[in-house]
Amino acid sequence: MTNISDYTLDHLDVLESEAVHIFREVVGEFDRPVLLFSGGKDSVVMLHLAVKAFAPSPVPFPVLHVDTGHNFPEVITYRDETVDRLGVRLVVAHVQDWIDDGRLRERSDGTRNPLQTVPLLESIVSNKFDAVFGGGRRDEEKARAKERVFSLRDEFGQWDPRRQRPELWDVYNGRHRPGEHVRVFPLSNWTEVDVWRYIEREDIALPQLYFSHERDVFARDGMWLTAGDWGGPTGNEQVVRKTVRYRTVGDMSCTGAVESTATSVSDVIVEVAASRLTERGATRADDRMSEAAMEDRKREGYF
Amino acid sequence: MTHELLRFATAGSVDDGKSTLVGRLLHDTKSVLADQLAAIERVSNERGMDAADLALLTDGLRAEREQGITIDVAYRYFSTANRSFILADTPGHVQYTRNMVTGASTTELALILIDVRHGVVEQTRRHAAIAALLGVRHIAVAVNKMDLVNYSKADFDAVRTDFIEIARPLGIEDVTVIPVSALVGDNIVDRSAQMPWYEGQTLLEYLEAVPVGLDPRELPFRLPVQYVTRPRTATHPDFRGFAGRIASGVVRVGDEVVISPVGRTTTVTGIDVLGTPTDVAFSPQSVTVLLADEIDIVRGDVISAAESAPQVTREINATVCVLGETPISAGQRVLARFGPKTVRAIVGSVTDRLDLNSLAHLPHTGALELNDVGTITLRLADEVAVDDYDVLRTTGAFILVDDQDGSTLAGGMTRC
Repeated sequence: MTNISDYTLDHLDVLESEAVHIFREVVGEFDRPVLLFSGGKDSVVMLHLAVKAFAPSPVPFPVLHVDTGHNFPEVITYRDETVDRLGVRLVVAHVQDWIDDGRLRERSDGTRNPLQTVPLLESIVSNKFDAVFGGGRRDEEKARAKERVFSLRDEFGQWDPRRQRPELWDVYNGRHRPGEHVRVFPLSNWTEVDVWRYIEREDIALPQLYFSHERDVFARDGMWLTAGDWGGPTGNEQVVRKTVRYRTVGDMSCTGAVESTATSVSDVIVEVAASRLTERGATRADDRMSEAAMEDRKREGYF
Repeated sequence: MTHELLRFATAGSVDDGKSTLVGRLLHDTKSVLADQLAAIERVSNERGMDAADLALLTDGLRAEREQGITIDVAYRYFSTANRSFILADTPGHVQYTRNMVTGASTTELALILIDVRHGVVEQTRRHAAIAALLGVRHIAVAVNKMDLVNYSKADFDAVRTDFIEIARPLGIEDVTVIPVSALVGDNIVDRSAQMPWYEGQTLLEYLEAVPVGLDPRELPFRLPVQYVTRPRTATHPDFRGFAGRIASGVVRVGDEVVISPVGRTTTVTGIDVLGTPTDVAFSPQSVTVLLADEIDIVRGDVISAAESAPQVTREINATVCVLGETPISAGQRVLARFGPKTVRAIVGSVTDRLDLNSLAHLPHTGALELNDVGTITLRLADEVAVDDYDVLRTTGAFILVDDQDGSTLAGGMTRC
C-alpha cells in the first residue's frame, strides 16, 4: 500500500500514475485518439485508467472494437454495457462486413484472427485516428519486450524496428506524417499479475468467462476450445463438459480455456502467480503459430 | 510495508556474461515459466549443451543482431515478496551509448558487469561515465566469472579497487561491488558457498534493499501541466483543474505556487488524485490541482513551489547525446520537447565533446554525430521553465526532434 506518512508509493500506484501520464500526453498531443476495446481484461483496465485520467470530465475519445464475429457473446454484452455506463462512443469494425463485400476471404481453418488487421487499419484510416491505444504489455513475449510506449506505424500499419525512436525519460515523441499513426501502450510496464492485482484493488468488473464456470469444450492443439458455429468440433474431436476459465479473451477459434476453479479475482491472482505457463503460451493458438514460425526463421539463419 | 518498484539498467557486453546474469536473475527469482524454460532447454539441447543456456532467455536481441537491424533496449520484469523490478536490458556492443543512455534515463540504478579476468576495461569506464551523466544514483558492479579464477579474493579486490578509483571522479555517490558467477549462480540470488570471504549482500539482496527514489520532501515541487480539465457539466459547471504528474516534491492544499513562464503566483485550493480529493500529494503521483486565481495556464506550463521556482529562459546550455543518424551542429533548426512543452529551437553552438577514452570534455565546435556526447547552447523561440538536470531530473531533461521527419535526434540534460 502507498504510505502517505513516509512518502512512498506502492508499485501499482506508480504504474497507474505512469499510465495516466501517457493518456494525458496523447490527448494533449494528438487530434483523434482512439482506444482499442475488446472487453478483454487489459482493454478494460485501460479504459478504467482513461476514466480516472480525465475525471471529472468524460473520456475525451471513442473506443474501437474489431469484431471477428467469433467473439464470445458474453464479452460483446459486457462491452456494450460498459460503454453505455461510461457514456463512451463505440466504433465497431465487423470482420463479417469485409467478408460479405469480398474485401476479405474466409480461411479454410475457420479462424478469423488473422483477418482482423485489414478492418483495423481501414477503420483507423476512415476515422482519421492518429493515436491508437493498445493494451500490449512488454512481459507478454520477447518481441514486445522491445516495443516503445509510443510506437510509430506507417501508412500500411507496419512496425519498422529500424525507425523505432529511442524513448528517454518520460518525454514521448508522437510526431508523425499524414497517413501515419502512433500505437500507444499505456500498460507497457505492467505484468499479468499487476493487471489482476489492479483489477482486485479497483474492484473492476470483468466478463464472467475470466472466472471458473462449466462449459462444453473440445481439445485441439492441446487447448480446450469452446464448441460453436465458428468451426468446431470437427472430425473425431469430442465435446466434453469441463470446469474452466479463460486467461485471455479473443477469437473463439484460437483462444483456449484453462481448467480452473478460480471463481474470484483473488483466486485468479493465486492461480496466475503459481502458474507454470505464460498467459499466451497457455491459451493462444495464434501465438503458438507465430512462436514456431519465429523459431523456424531463426533456425534457417543460425544452423 | 510498501511494495515498491525499482527500475534498473544493465550494462556490459555479451562477453561479460550479461545475458547469462539476466537469465540467472529471472530464473532464480522464479520469473521464468515452464514453457519459456522448455523452449530454451530445447534450443540448448540442439546446440549440444547439457544444461539450459540461460542467456537464451534474452535471445530476441541476438536474432536482431543476426538480421542486421537496430539492437535495442529490452525491458524485463520480475518481482520478489518485497519489490517489483523493471530491468532495462541494454545490449553492449553496437550503439551502446545510445542504448545505455535510453535505458539509464528511466532508471535509478545501473548494474555494470565486469569479467574478473579482464578487470576494468575501457567499456567499463564508459558505462560508468554514462550512468553518471544520466544521473543514475546507485551503481552495482557484478564482478562476474569468479568460478574461472577459483573464487580468488585477491582478484576480486583488485577489480573492486580499480572500479572505485574510476567512479570517484565521476561523482557517483553509491557503489556496491559484488563477486558473482552468473553461470553457476553464486551470489546472484543464493549466497555462494565458494566465497566465504565475501560477507556483503547477494545481488538480489542488494536490489531488494537499495532505496527507491529520493524522498519527495527533499526536493522542490514541480508539476508540468499536461492537460487542463474543464468538464462544463451540470455537476461540474465551473471546474477548472490542471492535470499532470508531479515531477518532484510535495504539494499541499494552501501552498503558494508560481506559474512558469508567466511568473504569477497563486494558492493551491484543491488536489485530486485520480478521483480522490486529498490534502497532500507527492512525486510521482498523477494529480489534478485547483488554484485560487483565474490565471491563463496552458499545457506545458509548470506549477512550482513559490519559494524555489525553476529558471525561466530562452537560452540554455545542455549536455546532449546524439541518438539519430542526423548530426547536431551549430545553426540547425530543431524542435525541443521539455516534457509536455514543445518549442522551436536553433542550435547556437557546439562547444565540446566527451572523449570516451579519457572521459574528458575536449573542445569541439564541429557536428556531434550518432553516439556522441557533447555540450551545446540552444536558443528557444519561447521561454521555458527548466531546472539543472543534476538537481531535478524530470524538469531538466529534454529531447530534440527533427521538425521534418519527426525522428528523435538527441536527449538533452539542462545545465543551469
